[in-house]
Parts: sequence; structure tokens; C-alpha cells
Amino acid sequence: MSIKPTLREYKKPEKLSDYPEATCFEAGHLVTKNAGWRNVRPVINDEKCVGCYQCYMYCPDGVIFKKNDKVDIDYDFCKGCGICAKTCKLKAITMTEEER
Amino acid sequence: MGKVKFISGDDAFAEGIRLARPQVVSAYPITPQTIVVERLSDMVEDQSLKSEFIHVESEHSALSCAIGASSVGARAFTATSSQGLLYMAEGLPYAAGGRFPIVMMNANRATALPWNIYGDQRDSVSQLDCGWIQVYVEDAQESLDMALMSYYIAEHPSVRVPVMVNLDGFVLTHTYEAVDIPEAKLADEFLPPYVSDNKMDLENPKNMAFSVGPADNQEFHLLHHKAMLRVADVVNEADTRFQSIFGRSHGGMVEGYRTEDAEYVLITVGSITGLAREVVDELRSQGVRAGVLKLRFLRPFPSQQIAEALVNSIEQGSAEVGSVVQAVGTLEKDISFGYEGTIYTNVNSALIKEDVHVPSYNFIGGLGGRDISKEDIRKCFSHMIGKEKDKIVWIGLGVEDDVR
Amino acid sequence: MSDRITAKNITDNEFFYGHKACAGCGGSLAVRMALKVLGERTFIALPAGCMSAVGFNFPQLCFSNNAIISTFAGTGSIITGIEAGARALGLKDYHVLGMAGDGGTADIGIQALSGAIDRNDRVIYICYDNEAYMNTGIQKSGLTPFGAKTTTTPAGKHIHGNVKNKKNMFEIVAAHGIPYAATASIAYMDDFIEKVRKASQVDGPSYIHVIAPCPTGWGIPADRTIEAAKEMVDCGLWYLAEYYDDEFHLNRDPNEFTSVSDYLKSQGRFKHLSDEDIALIEQGRDKKWEKIRAWN
Repeated sequence: MSIKPTLREYKKPEKLSDYPEATCFEAGHLVTKNAGWRNVRPVINDEKCVGCYQCYMYCPDGVIFKKNDKVDIDYDFCKGCGICAKTCKLKAITMTEEER
Repeated sequence: MGKVKFISGDDAFAEGIRLARPQVVSAYPITPQTIVVERLSDMVEDQSLKSEFIHVESEHSALSCAIGASSVGARAFTATSSQGLLYMAEGLPYAAGGRFPIVMMNANRATALPWNIYGDQRDSVSQLDCGWIQVYVEDAQESLDMALMSYYIAEHPSVRVPVMVNLDGFVLTHTYEAVDIPEAKLADEFLPPYVSDNKMDLENPKNMAFSVGPADNQEFHLLHHKAMLRVADVVNEADTRFQSIFGRSHGGMVEGYRTEDAEYVLITVGSITGLAREVVDELRSQGVRAGVLKLRFLRPFPSQQIAEALVNSIEQGSAEVGSVVQAVGTLEKDISFGYEGTIYTNVNSALIKEDVHVPSYNFIGGLGGRDISKEDIRKCFSHMIGKEKDKIVWIGLGVEDDVR
Repeated sequence: MSDRITAKNITDNEFFYGHKACAGCGGSLAVRMALKVLGERTFIALPAGCMSAVGFNFPQLCFSNNAIISTFAGTGSIITGIEAGARALGLKDYHVLGMAGDGGTADIGIQALSGAIDRNDRVIYICYDNEAYMNTGIQKSGLTPFGAKTTTTPAGKHIHGNVKNKKNMFEIVAAHGIPYAATASIAYMDDFIEKVRKASQVDGPSYIHVIAPCPTGWGIPADRTIEAAKEMVDCGLWYLAEYYDDEFHLNRDPNEFTSVSDYLKSQGRFKHLSDEDIALIEQGRDKKWEKIRAWN
């Protein structure tokens, strides 16, 4: 298992003693996604992808991950910036309108 | 008993810090605190103190470095004074809100302008709201003992709040007294190693010193406030423990002198208390029921303890007509321009809250190192006894006050 | 070098994830990749600024390693404290990293940074430079380049944006006699990664100055962050270099520069510049390159 901040079940404190005593809390504790920010969605064409991982290296959000010598995207946290599509020399990633 | 040495207040404080064994010391020199920094670097050099001594380039960095050290679970010490305290002011609520139990010595000194290196308490009093515990010591022995005791209070699981220990500039920092320096073995028995979950940990990583939005922010402050309200009990616990190990006691949040049946009580902070006691003895010999109430702590503010000290004297004298407290005066080296002394403001609020209804006076003096004489203190009492109209009085002025 | 970190062998671990930085944020990429190089036993301190604003909002906490927000001016000194504390407690095998923006490094934080280098602390300091105070809404910093329009250096009839040149933090840092310093760009990722790896092996302070464009502040589309960073290097307005063993080393010396004018005109913050302004910027570039080419 690789290390990564992950979404958790989070219950808002109901009483004062539920809060941490100081500004110190478990690392990598996520409670909300970023998917709602996205207007365009990167879509990977596995036929064209050769697994050079340049998109993975340049993703500011780290949402592209290696999968079977190619890549996949965590759409929960992708903001749709489009850097991956620009970075891909083989044009294996296309940005498509997000359907709402 | 340990070894008795004839040393200054600053030296005594450094001796106390050696006994407390902080793992990181970061301090920037400023008069009249400098001796502390010099002594600690000597102690690190001769290996009698095994600390990382950090040569910081400013007070802001001195505190920031102490916060960093505390954030990985190390015991940290810093020291400052006056302009230095104000320069690090950003870090004060930071350290307190982060609940980092840092101990800092502050040599009470006037704040510019006008420039002045001598003692008053306007530096630390200006920082009462920063969330630190503030203690004011009276002599060199108490300086040493509070250096040690402050870590016990700061690191106590029910507190976890930094402590600022205030020494009157020059009057205390540079005055030589005979001081008993306890054995390290006993100091170790008194002060256990610092253990906390409030730290970054390689095995159990944490995100720290984060933002908290409006939905949760106030709760963090209430938790901090509640910890401050638990300090008085921990101070008593620390003092009892200290006495059982070292055979010395410095009392709790306040210390009364002949207040039991006093009609006129002067409230003091810090090293001026000794002189006030002498005046009280003189007045007593003349048949005046005078007393002194020293506030050892200004944060948390000892409201209840002040009221108890005053109510005691009311109750004990109640059989005799006219023997209850007639007036209270607050003598302080501070002025909140356009209002009054801030300690006086705090005392008055305590009196109202605790239903103690007596005339209350404010005596402001000692600014910029101005000497407060016995005569000045006698005048404070005669002002109270005379039930004078002016509630706020500047004492020790060198000239006639003829400015409207 | 066989121990070079590449796209193939870099860790799958992600240490900065789920943050609320703008889409296409260059700074967040610099933080992400630096942490991937340094790994889980890294203490990172970031001052008040974009990265702390987007990554540390309780209960959304976006670092999977140990991380702390420092005071704005105190990045250099909090990392000193962390390192001293960790050493005093006998911790082994860890890195202490400070990562601040251009304002937090070259302006308000320069004193503490200078102190940390002077103390020879074993800390890594990375400045992610997006050339203005972006968190507060694009105000001029000491690293805003000549001509750039910000909300405090407006471009009007009388003044064409920022009238001052960028401070040279790399050379300021080198002047301390630091064991290792480097410039980098997020567009040249392999170079940046290698420099972070080198910094991690220094027994003393190290400094990396990485250009990390801010699409919002630069006036470029979110997908052009990397392109803009690359163009800045390729047109010669930024250079890739190192300082070690008391000497400067230029890493990349192109035979030919791409167009400065194209670089500037593709960004909203430079749109107002006249041909004379651009000629001045080109002259400045050429003068600089005369000096830095003499290093090698």
C-alpha cells in the first residue's frame, strides 16, 4: 500500500471534548473531494498511451497514478487543469466537457 | 540543601534552566536579559547543560525556533525583554494557541519611545492577551525556583500552555543575592521528562499549526481558555511538590502580607513588594492596619484569590466596628494611555465579579526605571486612608504636574 | 548516475493531495515532487501563504507526512528548531524541509533564511517562486520581475507595471557560502528532482529556487503552467544553475534563446509592455548571460 492522504468518515464534533486539544491532528486526513471544481475532464486513450508517465510527473494534484504500465486518474480530486493533456506528446489524453 | 552562591537574578534563572534541562535553547541577547543567554552558552560549552544552543538572528526567530523544537516534542527555552518581546509578539499567540509548553524568561523593561533600558512592566503587560501564563517573581531565589517550576506547570497534562516568567529589569536581573542552587538529582525528581502527543512524530505523522475556519475556531480557543483556568490548581500542586522535595515554598497565585486584618491593602507585582512590606511594618507600628497583596500571576488572573484575601480581612475583623477593608490600591509600573493601569483594570473587574465593594485606587509609577521610594509607598497608603477623590495617581513625578 | 530518480522509479506515495490550490498551480507541483523525492520521513514547514492556505484547513489536512505551518517570517527559524529538536531527541534518518513562496523567502522571510544558512543547520529550503504575493491576490514581491503588472504595480499611462528587477536570491544565498544551492524550474522536472536529491545529501543547509508559475497571477490558462515555466528558461529570463564547492555552475547553456517577446506577450501580466520595455528586458537578459556564461 502506498502512502497518500485519504478520504475519511468524519463526524463534526458534538461536544467540546470531541475537539483535538491543540492544533495537531492525524496527517493526510481528507473530508471533501475536489471533483466539483472540474469543468473539463481528462480522458485517457489507452491505445495511444505508452506509459511514459510525463502526465503523472507534471500533475499538480498528483491525481494521475500508474496502472498496468499505463496511467489512470482519481477523478475525486482531479480539478481538470489540463496540464496532463498538454504534457502528453502522443496526445493520448483529451479534455472533454464535464456533463452536469 | 544544594550549594549557596551569591549571584544575580539573571544568573539564578540560568541556574534554574540548567536544572530543567531544556533540549533546545534559542535566545537573542537584549539588555537586561543578556546574562541569561551568556550563562546558558557557557553551560553548554562546559557540558553541564546538554542542550542545542541556537544562535538565532532575532527574537522573532528565537520564538519561532522554540516552536519548531517543541513541535517535535523537545523541551525548549527562550528569553527576551522589552523591544525583543514586542518583536516576537507574532509568535506569542502562535505558541500559546499551538499549546507548546515553552518557558520564556522576560526581563521587564520599558518600551520605546522614549528609548530606555531600565525596568517597568509595560512590555509584558501589553501581552496579557496573548494566551501565555504570566508569572512575576520577586527575588533571585524565586527566579531560579520558578525556572524549574514553570516547566512543571507548562507541561502539566491539564495545562499545556507556555509560561512567561517576568523579572524586573536591573532591580532583579542585575542584583546579587545569596541563592540556594538545588542538586540536579532533586531537580530531576521534581520535573519529569516532557512527554506529549502534541508533536510531529515519524511513526505517527501529524499535520500541525493548521487553519480552523469559523465553524470550529472558537472551540479551540475555549479549550485553551479552560486550560488556563486549571492553572491555579496546578500552581498549588507544583508548589506543594516543590516544598516536599526542596523544603521551600513560594505560594500560589497571590501572596498576602499582613492582609488578614488589614484595612488598607496595596496590591503589588514583582520586586517592589519587599519595600512595600517594610512600609506596611512601619505603618503597623504606628497603628495603621496596612497590608500588601502580591500578585504572582497576571494570567490567569487571580480574581478569586484576590477576593479571598480581601474578604478574609473583612471577616476576621468583623467583630470590631470599622475594621473591614477600607480601600485597595494597585501599584503598577504600567499605563494604558488614555485609561489607567491595566493591572488596576483587571483588579477592579475582579472586585466587581467577586462582590467586593471597596474604594479602589491606582498608583502608577516606576516607569522607565524611576525609583519607587518608601516615601512614595507611604503616600499611596495615606492617599487611601484619606479617601482622596483622585482614583488614578501618578507617583514619584520629578516635577510639578501643571499640564492640562 | 544510477541512483537518479526518474518517472519510472519515483515512489508512488503522494504526500500532498486533496489540497485546494487553484487548478494548474505550479507551487503545489513543486511541493508534491519535492516530497516525493524526500519521502515520508520528512518534516515540512510552510509559512502562511498559498500552500498552507490550501493544504491545512482542519479537518481537511492534505499532507501525509509530518507538516506544520510556520509564521510568515519564520520558515528559516522553525526548521532550525525542528532540526535541533529532532537531533536532541536522537531521531535518525529524517529530512527537514522549509518551503516558502517568493514573498516568504525574499522579503519577509529573508532574515530567518539567512540565519539558518549562517548557522549551518542541516535543513533544505526550497523557494517556490511565482513572482508575486499570490495568496493575497497578486501584489508585488521582491521577486516580481521588471514590467509585471500586479495589483500594487498597476500598468497605466505613467508606470508600466513593476519598475524594479527581481532580486537574485540564488546569488544572495550563495554569498553566504552555503554548501549547496541551485536554481530550477518545474518545467525541467528531472533537473529539479535531481537537485532536491542532491540537497537531501548535503550535511548542512541547502537552497533550491524553483520557478513555479501561478496561472491566476500570471494571466495564463491553467493548462499553460508548465509551458510558461519552460518558455521562461528557454528564452533566457531564467537559468538553471548550481552553487557548490564555493563555485557557480551553469547547467544549461542554450545556443539560441527563444523569443522573449513571445514569452511576455502570452501572459496577461506583461500584455501592456511596449517594444521599448521588451527591448530593455532583452538587454538585461543578455547582460546577465554574459556574466553567468563566464562561470563555466
